[in-house]
Amino acid sequence: MSGTDLLLWFFAAAAPGGGVLMLVARHPMRVAIALIGAMISLAGIYAILGVHVIAVFQVLIYVGAVMVFMVYVIMLLDVRDPSFLERYGRAVLPSVLLAGLLAVALAAAVGRGRSVTAGDLGTTQGESAGTLFNVQPFSAEFLGSYWLHFELTSVLLLAAVVAAIAVVKGGRRHDG
Amino acid sequence: MDRTQLLLTLSIALFAIGLLGVMIRRNALVMLMCMELMLNGVILSLVTFASQSATVSGAVLVFLVFVVAAAEIAIAIPIVLLLSRQRKSLDVGAYSELKG
Repeated sequence: MSGTDLLLWFFAAAAPGGGVLMLVARHPMRVAIALIGAMISLAGIYAILGVHVIAVFQVLIYVGAVMVFMVYVIMLLDVRDPSFLERYGRAVLPSVLLAGLLAVALAAAVGRGRSVTAGDLGTTQGESAGTLFNVQPFSAEFLGSYWLHFELTSVLLLAAVVAAIAVVKGGRRHDG
Repeated sequence: MDRTQLLLTLSIALFAIGLLGVMIRRNALVMLMCMELMLNGVILSLVTFASQSATVSGAVLVFLVFVVAAAEIAIAIPIVLLLSRQRKSLDVGAYSELKG
């Protein structure tokens, strides 16, 4: 087993480990820290797969923007309400059974699958796999073929900002 | 077990853990974070398939999903803020009158 494989197994164990910590941690801040750990492990996996652009964006967008936002809100709303004293709702056992059933069914389907390489699919574009996901081919594809989607994302983000302002302002009016 | 199967199993595990968290936890913020974990599991499977089939379009799609996730959290957090400001609680049981 090579060093890369060891690292892959390490991150593949750390990500669901962070997920389990999220289930058992009591304070939302600890849940957020566990989620950040899981996300950084996923970024490590992406880097091992050679998709460095996505690994960087995982850290920048998810850990850097989304989770920092989440941590701010947790600090803002430090409410010691019933959800802090009692972590779980009523239907714990059925939920565990349902999620376990789903996981087993999906894992059985994955286990039966046959491994397919890029050569079988005929999608290799003449480049070696090592350089395929570098910044240059990514940018060429992104701003060459998908420029319309990129522009549409800016519209989506604008709509999200307007909606967030509308939600907060509307709530103020109700509170008086 | 080859690498693709390992990563797909990992993505299933993350999705199931996130789903379990959404179903059993009572804190609205924790539920939101568990939904993020579910989304991360799905993104992992997308990246796995993109790197297996050696298509750059998959990586572009993942980037667009990141943007949508950021927009989603930008809407969800103000809603949670508003709910907690009105009910003085993050417990989803306090919002039970939102049921139809």
